Amino acid sequence: MAAVHPEQRMANQIAANFRHVPGDRAAEAIAAHIRKFWDPRMRRRLLEVADSRADDLDPVVLAATQLLRPPQEARGG
Amino acid sequence: MSLIKEPDFGTPERPGEATVSVEVDGMPVKVPEGTSVMRAAALAGIDIPKLCATDSLEPFGSCRLCVVEIDGRRGTPASCTTPVTDSMVVRTQTPKVEKLRQNVMELYISDHPLDCLTCSANGDCELQDMAGVVGLRQVRYGYEGENHLDAAPDLSNPYFDFEPAKCISCSRCVRACGEVQGTFALTIEGRGFDSKVSPGAGESFMDSECVSCGACVQACPTATLQERSVVELGMPSRSVVTTCAYCGVGCSFKAELRGDELVRMVPYKDGGANEGHSCVKGRFAFGYATHPDRVLKPMVRERITDPWREVEWDEAIQTVARKMRTIQETYGPSSVGAISSSRCTNEEVYVVQKMVRAAFGNNNIDTCARVCHSPTGYGLKQTFGESAGTQDFRSVSKADLIMVIGANPTDGHPVFGSRMKRRLREGAQLVVVDPRRIDLVRSPHVEAAHHLQLKPSTNVAVINAMAHVVVTEGLVDRSFVDERCEGFDAWAEFVALPENSPEATEAITGVPAAEVRASARLYATAPNAAIYYGLGVTEHSQGSTMVMGMANLAMACGNIGRDGVGVNPLRGQNNVQGSCDMGSFPHELTGYRHVSDDAVRTVFEELWGRSLLPEPGLRIPNMFDAAIDGSFRGLFVHGEDIAQSDPNLQHVSAALEAMDLVVVQDLFLNETAKFAHVFLPGASFLEKDGTFTNAERRINRVRAVMKPKTGKHEWQIVSEIATAMGYPMSYDHPGQIMSEIAQVTPTFKGVSFELLDELGSVQWPCNDEAPEGTPTMHVDGFVRGKGKFAVTAYVPTDERTTSRFPLVLTTGRILSQYNVGAQTRRTGNVAWHAEDVLELHPLDAENRGITDGDMVSLASRVGGTTLRARVSDRMPPGVVYTTFHHPVTGANVVTTENSDWATNCPEYKVTAVQVALAHPLGRHATESSETDRLAGVD
Repeated sequence: MAAVHPEQRMANQIAANFRHVPGDRAAEAIAAHIRKFWDPRMRRRLLEVADSRADDLDPVVLAATQLLRPPQEARGG
Repeated sequence: MSLIKEPDFGTPERPGEATVSVEVDGMPVKVPEGTSVMRAAALAGIDIPKLCATDSLEPFGSCRLCVVEIDGRRGTPASCTTPVTDSMVVRTQTPKVEKLRQNVMELYISDHPLDCLTCSANGDCELQDMAGVVGLRQVRYGYEGENHLDAAPDLSNPYFDFEPAKCISCSRCVRACGEVQGTFALTIEGRGFDSKVSPGAGESFMDSECVSCGACVQACPTATLQERSVVELGMPSRSVVTTCAYCGVGCSFKAELRGDELVRMVPYKDGGANEGHSCVKGRFAFGYATHPDRVLKPMVRERITDPWREVEWDEAIQTVARKMRTIQETYGPSSVGAISSSRCTNEEVYVVQKMVRAAFGNNNIDTCARVCHSPTGYGLKQTFGESAGTQDFRSVSKADLIMVIGANPTDGHPVFGSRMKRRLREGAQLVVVDPRRIDLVRSPHVEAAHHLQLKPSTNVAVINAMAHVVVTEGLVDRSFVDERCEGFDAWAEFVALPENSPEATEAITGVPAAEVRASARLYATAPNAAIYYGLGVTEHSQGSTMVMGMANLAMACGNIGRDGVGVNPLRGQNNVQGSCDMGSFPHELTGYRHVSDDAVRTVFEELWGRSLLPEPGLRIPNMFDAAIDGSFRGLFVHGEDIAQSDPNLQHVSAALEAMDLVVVQDLFLNETAKFAHVFLPGASFLEKDGTFTNAERRINRVRAVMKPKTGKHEWQIVSEIATAMGYPMSYDHPGQIMSEIAQVTPTFKGVSFELLDELGSVQWPCNDEAPEGTPTMHVDGFVRGKGKFAVTAYVPTDERTTSRFPLVLTTGRILSQYNVGAQTRRTGNVAWHAEDVLELHPLDAENRGITDGDMVSLASRVGGTTLRARVSDRMPPGVVYTTFHHPVTGANVVTTENSDWATNCPEYKVTAVQVALAHPLGRHATESSETDRLAGVD
């Protein structure tokens, strides 16, 4: 079993705390939180987890990662 | 500067609008109704002789020295216990009262040693002074009669002596212990001639309940209770007013010196935070500043396995600069960073974050507040709009209901704890929310109406349940909410859900529903209800949620914006508030403004001449993760022992070992220094010039008592590193740094050293709208405009007990020690706490065959340690408790990587553990490892 990345653990925990917020808005709130408080390299690592091990991420985190991607990449993905 | 002698008006102030006019010895004076004759006289400039009276204590009327004559009244009433009435005419110097006073003094002196010339209080003795004032010329009774001159001294306390032979039984010490400190450890034992001051039930001071706060010593008018340092060194001759460097109360002290030698620290009556009171740490535990363990020369080494090599400052600074630049050239600009300290001054913290942002060129700056109160910053900013507590400390004197959540003020913030206890003795009610039965739950003359002994990690469920009661029972302050808040309906709908009811949450929290309901009703219906909280709120995976939950409750009940209410964090270290204010978080510049705000960044860029990154940097736990993955390789640690204080120490050690450069600046070779390549010796608070900001946003001056023993100020060292890295930074004086802070920070706009020297202290915001500061925040509106209700869903922690780890460990601190103990372990305070112990319930002890005093192993899924067991019913079954003041114990070896979802503040308060009897040899092995480490320093 692959080790849990710190970013994976933290992002899933943030999602758990936005569980009361409806889907789309939750993804936006999570993305906004991560954008506001996370160093860019942490965001990159989260996106890498989303690319390589999407099943390890809460679905709403996965949705949030789409919002965190650079515009061009997000459209492609 | 000479010795500061503060005026003593004899009896306390009686604030009030109604005044009365009296005449004292022909001098007219107008005073508030209820003022004593003694105080009125003092205000008129006339000192009435006194011994049992002092203005920090209620009048007692026992010494009979302060007698006066009052026109129209018979006899000679004691001026301390007689309130003035309108048109009263008082005569303080008449043949009758003068004779009476001489007679009284004769009696005192007939049973007092005649050793004034060799007495330690010579020159600072009220008995000696009063003998002179009353004109005592003879003692007709002789000295051969029965007396107390052979009474044996009690030298049991490490800091002060008790010489009962010199006692005049004025009861000032007894009253100070009760009225000021609230401990009631002292009493007058016996009657008549046999009356004597007694700690506890005839015990020594050390064996009694005395907490060594020094209030009795302060109150004693003779040398009966005297600081041992005064006995040994002599009476001080000059004072410097400064600020304590221990907890977040931020007490003001007079550092009293004899020449350049510090003799004693005396609490300053004009100190806004403490108003003349102190605790055992601030009052007495300053010996670490001159402890031989202090390192005074910079040291470097290539590898952490090499011995240290002492170098000159220039080499040390150049080494840091060169290696930082080399790392950045190899691994990128964001591969280095710094951790600033909540123990350092605002000015020092400011220059550290400036060095990171301007010289390092990134935002990898975080503060040790990350691991204590970062959820406070987040939660209060989200709801109220400002990352700070709402009140001043004085406010508690107006509270009718005090709710203490996850804090232990009598141990962690003792001077504020004494203020709180005073209000509780006056009749305010108390609700304690804590898994542990802290002293406030039941102590002399204090008893909590409710102790919500919740299971660790269930704070949010409790606060939601209280909110449920408020909303569903119609206890909401609708006018406050409608006028001043937003988001109420969604929040109210959420907390009203059946799953948030006290009955539903009881299974989660372990708190009986009836207790929650009763507590919520008390909070909502009290005229003024105040919340005080500590790390038992913040150091959880839902720390930020809980802070918002408390803010919600306060807004719903209208308990914001006036005296006696509020949401008040009790900050752990002396400058937690200040270090956060100063832009130490990786996402915020000074004054809590996000780095992505172009307008804010422009202010700094124009002043500093560098463009700044708009992206947040790494937080402390993220730095450790990034070190292990290889992207973060150089760290400057300023005054913080992360290898002892941070959680999951194996992870911390691995991160530090992985770095190419670790720079530690500290007083001592701490645990983190084991991993350092450069050690920069720091200055103690006695050598610092600057400011600290306490938990009530009070900016206090820290004044140097002596020059830095290292030869350099810390702000100077940081500036020189930045300069050596190619970013010129230079200040002549810390006052210049504060001026720069004021220039770039709207909430500090009016702050300057000159203003602080003039006013003593100010509470920010201090600007054009509030030129003398802001004691109470959010008075007419919230900083963010409308107060925002936040939905606070309860999300259980991931840390779960299992059959392998069936107990929950929670951590805290005790009165005599401070943080990782680096300072207090190097003082006489070890007399009270020589080691960390593990408190566990008798049931859990019995199930494991453990008896009080046994060595036990403590293991979690991440590590294990060994310490001594203390069987105690303070903890409920299933919960164990320890402190982290001693590196030998290594309590943080067992704490985990779990952290607050919003801020990464570690979840120190919840770790699943197992406890078992241990072989004592395990402990000895640990002790020898520290001895070896220290011996390895050359």
